[in-house]
Amino acid sequence: MVKYRMGEPTLTFWQKIWHINWLFVLVICLTASVGFGMLYSAAGGNIDPWASRQIVRFGIGFVLMLCVALVDIRIWLRYAYFIYMGALLLLIAVEIAGTIGMGAQRWINLGVFSVQPSEIMKIALVLALARYFHSVRMEEIYRPTRLIIPFLLVLVPAGLVLRQPDLGTAGLMILGSGAIFFAAGVRMWKFGLVLVTGIAALPIGWQFLRDYQKQRVLTFLNPEQDPLGSGYHIIQSKIALGSGGLFGKGFMAGTQSHLSFLPEMQTDFIFTMLAEEQGLMGALGLLFLYGIILIYGYVFSASCRNQFGRLVSIGITTTFFLYVFINIAMVTGLIPVVGVPLPLISYGGTAMLTLMIGFGLLIGVHINREVLIGRQLTTIDISPASLV
Amino acid sequence: MHRDSDRHKQFNRRILMLGGGKFVLLSALTGRLYYLQVVESERYKNLADENRINFRLLPPPRGRITDRNGVPIADNQRNYRALLISENTRSVDGTLNALENILPLNTAERERILRDVRRNKSFVPVTVRENLAWTEVSQIEVNTPDLPGILIDVGESRYYPVGHDFAHVLGYVAAVSEAEKSDDPLLSLPGFRVGKAGVEKVHDLSLRGSGGNSQVEVNAYGRILRELNRQEGSPGAEIQLTLDREIQRLAAHRIADESASVVVMDIHSGEVLALVSSPSFDPNRFIQGLTGTEWQVLANNPRAPLLNKSIQGQYAPGSTFKMVVALAALEHGIVTENTKHYCNGSMKLAEAEFHCWKKHGHGLMDCKTAIMQSCDVFFYEVAKRLGINRISEMATRLGLGKLQGIDLPGERSGLVPTPEWKAQAVGSSWQKGETVILGIGQGYILVTPLQLAAMTARLANGGIDVVPFLTRQVVGSEDNGTVSKGSDRSTGLEPPPKKLGINPAHLKIVTDAMDQAVNSPFGTAFGSRISDTGMSMAGKTGTVQVRRISKAERELGVKRNEELEWKDRDHALFVGFAPRENPRFAVSVVVEHGGSGSKTAAPIARDVLQEVQKRMGIAGGEDSVVGGGREEVSHG
Repeated sequence: MVKYRMGEPTLTFWQKIWHINWLFVLVICLTASVGFGMLYSAAGGNIDPWASRQIVRFGIGFVLMLCVALVDIRIWLRYAYFIYMGALLLLIAVEIAGTIGMGAQRWINLGVFSVQPSEIMKIALVLALARYFHSVRMEEIYRPTRLIIPFLLVLVPAGLVLRQPDLGTAGLMILGSGAIFFAAGVRMWKFGLVLVTGIAALPIGWQFLRDYQKQRVLTFLNPEQDPLGSGYHIIQSKIALGSGGLFGKGFMAGTQSHLSFLPEMQTDFIFTMLAEEQGLMGALGLLFLYGIILIYGYVFSASCRNQFGRLVSIGITTTFFLYVFINIAMVTGLIPVVGVPLPLISYGGTAMLTLMIGFGLLIGVHINREVLIGRQLTTIDISPASLV
Repeated sequence: MHRDSDRHKQFNRRILMLGGGKFVLLSALTGRLYYLQVVESERYKNLADENRINFRLLPPPRGRITDRNGVPIADNQRNYRALLISENTRSVDGTLNALENILPLNTAERERILRDVRRNKSFVPVTVRENLAWTEVSQIEVNTPDLPGILIDVGESRYYPVGHDFAHVLGYVAAVSEAEKSDDPLLSLPGFRVGKAGVEKVHDLSLRGSGGNSQVEVNAYGRILRELNRQEGSPGAEIQLTLDREIQRLAAHRIADESASVVVMDIHSGEVLALVSSPSFDPNRFIQGLTGTEWQVLANNPRAPLLNKSIQGQYAPGSTFKMVVALAALEHGIVTENTKHYCNGSMKLAEAEFHCWKKHGHGLMDCKTAIMQSCDVFFYEVAKRLGINRISEMATRLGLGKLQGIDLPGERSGLVPTPEWKAQAVGSSWQKGETVILGIGQGYILVTPLQLAAMTARLANGGIDVVPFLTRQVVGSEDNGTVSKGSDRSTGLEPPPKKLGINPAHLKIVTDAMDQAVNSPFGTAFGSRISDTGMSMAGKTGTVQVRRISKAERELGVKRNEELEWKDRDHALFVGFAPRENPRFAVSVVVEHGGSGSKTAAPIARDVLQEVQKRMGIAGGEDSVVGGGREEVSHG
C-alpha cells in the first residue's frame, strides 16, 4: 500500500471557479456563436427554427459544462465504471427496444426529452478506460492479458452501437479509445497487429454492413457514377465548397445552400455552407478555432499531474478532433458520407450536450491538475465538501 | 514516483505523437479545402451556376395571316386553361370532384390528369382542360375557395375565325412530330404547334418567329424562384395573302354542298383572290389533335374533304380545253377564223363513231361558234387534222400538265398526254381516236382547277405567262421588313412578263368566242350571263363524262345525269374571265359529278365573278378601273 498524497485535498467552490480556464470557455462560446450564425443563415436569415433552439441548448450545455467541471475529478474516477455500466445498460435497452420496434433505434424516450445512449457511452467509455489505465502499472500494460479488459470495455459498446446500426459512432468510439490506449503506453506493435487484423477482417465486416452503408462506401469510391443518386450529396457539397472560393459568396448568399442543392445544411453539411458563404478564409477561421480548442486539450492533458485526468483529457480531445476531422473530410469528399455532426456548429441536441459534458470534464481536469491520485482508490478521501 | 515520472514522460511522448498526427490530418483538410476553393474554384463556380440557372424558352406569338385587305383569317386567340397545382390542394381527387360540377371530366381525362400529377413535381401546373368557355372560366373563378389548387391561365392558341372557308389554303397547325424536330429549340417546347399544311406550312418559319428566353434561378427541385434576365423573342411575321375574305367566303358557301373547287385570280399579277375546295373541314379541330373517329370520318369521306381540290384534284378539262385546240389549229393554219365545218351530230373515224353532245348536230360551225356552242364534232375534226403533238404542245405552253408554282405545298401537275408518255406509262402506241377525244378535252388529259384558272388568265391577258401566287406580303419578317412576291411585282423588280408567243389575233378569236358563249343567246352559258350594270363575264363551260356510254345505252337514250349514281354523274366545269372587255380576273369552277357545266358550274362562276367585280371596284363606276368602266357602262 502506498500512501497517496493529495496536492490540495479539497478546493473551495470559489477556488475552482478561479481555476476555470475562462479563455478556453471563451473560445468554446466563440465557436458556438459561429454555429448560431450559420444556423441563422441556413434558415434564410431567420433565428427560427434552428438558431434559437441551438442557443437554448448551448445555454443548457454551458451550465452542464460548468457543473461537470466543478465536480471533483476523484468523483468521476470513483464512479467511472458505474457510469459505464449505466450507459451499457441503456445501450442494451435500446437494442432490445430496437428489435421490437422498426429499423435503427438509437433513442430512449424519457417523455420530456430523448436520450441517445451511444452519446452517453462516448463519455462513459473515456472515463472507464482512463480509470482502468490509471490503475494499471506501466509494466502491466505491456502484458497482453492486461489488455483484455479494456478491449472488452471498447468492443462491447462498439458492437452494440454497430448493431443499431451506427457505423460512425462505433468508429468514433474505437478510434477515440485507440488514442487512450496509445497515450496509456500500449506497445506500438500491438496497434500494428490490430490494424492488420482489422484490414484482414474487412471483407468479413463488409458482409455485415447494411445496404445503405455499402452504398455510401461505394458512392465515396466513385461519386460521379450516380450523380443524382447517392453521389448527389458529395458532388453538390463539393460544388458548394469550390464555388465559395477564397472569400465566399457572403453571409446568407450561398446559392447552393439556399437553393436546397445542399442536403441537411443545418446538420451534417453545415461546414459546406460556411465554406460556401465565407470562403476558404471562413473555413480556415473555423479550423483555427478548433485548433485552439485542441491545443488547450493537449495543454490540459500534459499539465495534469494525475494519469486519470491526462487520459480523460486526451480521450475527449481526440473524440472532439475525430468529429471535426470526419465531418470536414466527409463534406470535402475525402471519406465516405458518415453521419457525424460538426461539433459546436451542427444543429442537434444530444451531440451538443455530450460535447459540453466533455468540455466540462476537460475544464475539470484542468482545475484538478495538481491533484495527485493513487493507483488504488481505497485510500482516497473524499469529503462531502469537495462534491460541491 | 520514479515510475510515475517515467509514465509521465512516456505519456508526453505519446501525446506529442498523437498531436502531430492530428496536425497532419488537419493540414490534409486545409490542403483539401485549398484545392477545392482555390485551385478548382472556377470549375465549381460554373457548376454552381449551371445548378441554379435554368433557361426557359419563351414561345413567340405566331404571326397572323390576313386576307388582302388585312382582315385576319388566322389569328391567335386567348386560350383559357384550367390548371391544377397539386401542392396547393390537400387532395387532388377532392379538388377534381369539386370541379366536376363545372367541368364534367370523363374517365380518360381524369386518368390523364392524375397521371400528369404523378409524373410532375407537385408545384408544376398540370393542364386540366384547355379552351374553356367564358362561363366556365367565370364559374371557376367564383368558386375558387372550393377548388384548391385550380387556377385559370391565359395562353395563346391558333384560331381560324372562318376556318371552313380557308381550311385548304391556310392548312392548320398541330403538335410537332418527331420527324419535324430540328435545331430550333422551340420545337421541343411542350404544346408548341407548327404548320402542317397550306400557308401555315409554307410560311411556317416566318410565322413562327424566334423564341425569347428567360433566365430563371431555380432551386434543387426545379422550382422557379426568380427571373434573372429576360430576352424577348421576336414574334412571327404577319402574312398577307392575296385572297379576299369575302370572295373566298362567297365561293365557299356557293359550293359548300358540292365536291368542288373554285379558283379566282388576277390575270395580270397572278394574285389568287379565292382558292376554295369543298367539302371543307374545320382546321380549328386539328389544333388540339383530332379524335380517332373524327379522323376516320374525314379520311373515309368519298368526297375527300382533306384534299385541296384546287391544286390537287385532277380532272379531264372537257370542253374548257377547246380554246387550247382552237389556238393550236389557228397557229398551225389548220383553220382560220372563217373555216367552217359541218356538224351532223357525230364523226366517224374508221370503225369508231364520235358523238357530239347535241344529238342532231350543230350544223355549220366555225371556230368561234364551235366554242360558243361547244360543238364537239368541229373539234374532233380539228384535232384529227392537228395531231396529238401540236395539241399537247399548245396545252403545255398554256401551262397545263406542269406545276404552276403556287406557294402552297402539294400542288399536282396534271397530265398532258403525248405518244412518248403513253408508250412509257401505258406501254402501247398512241391511237388516232385518242387524239380525237383529246380535241374535246377527254381521254388521258388531266388538269387541276388552278391550271384551268391560270390557263384562262393567260388567254385573257394576251398570252402572258402569269404565275398564280398567294403571298402578297410578309410583314415584319426577319429579313428586314417587307418582302413579298406581290410587292416585287408591283414595283417592277420582277423580270418583264414572259410572253407565251401566241398570236394576239388568235387569242382575240378565242376570247371573243368565250364572250359569246356567255353573252350570246346561242351560247352554252347564256343563262349565267351577268346583267348587272357595269359587270360582265365571259367563259366556257365543260361537261366531263366520267363513264363510258355504251352503244346500247346510246340507242336507248342516254340517261339523264339525275338518274345516275352521284359517282357516275358528269363533272361540271366552267372557266371564265371578267369583265368581257379589258378582263382582269379569271375563274375556274370544277364541280365533281355536278351534272353539266352550264347548269351547275357556270352559275357558280357567275356569282363569284359578280362578287369579285363588286369587291374589286369594277361595279358602280366610282372606283372604276382604268379603261374598263366606260365601255362596260355603254355595253350594259
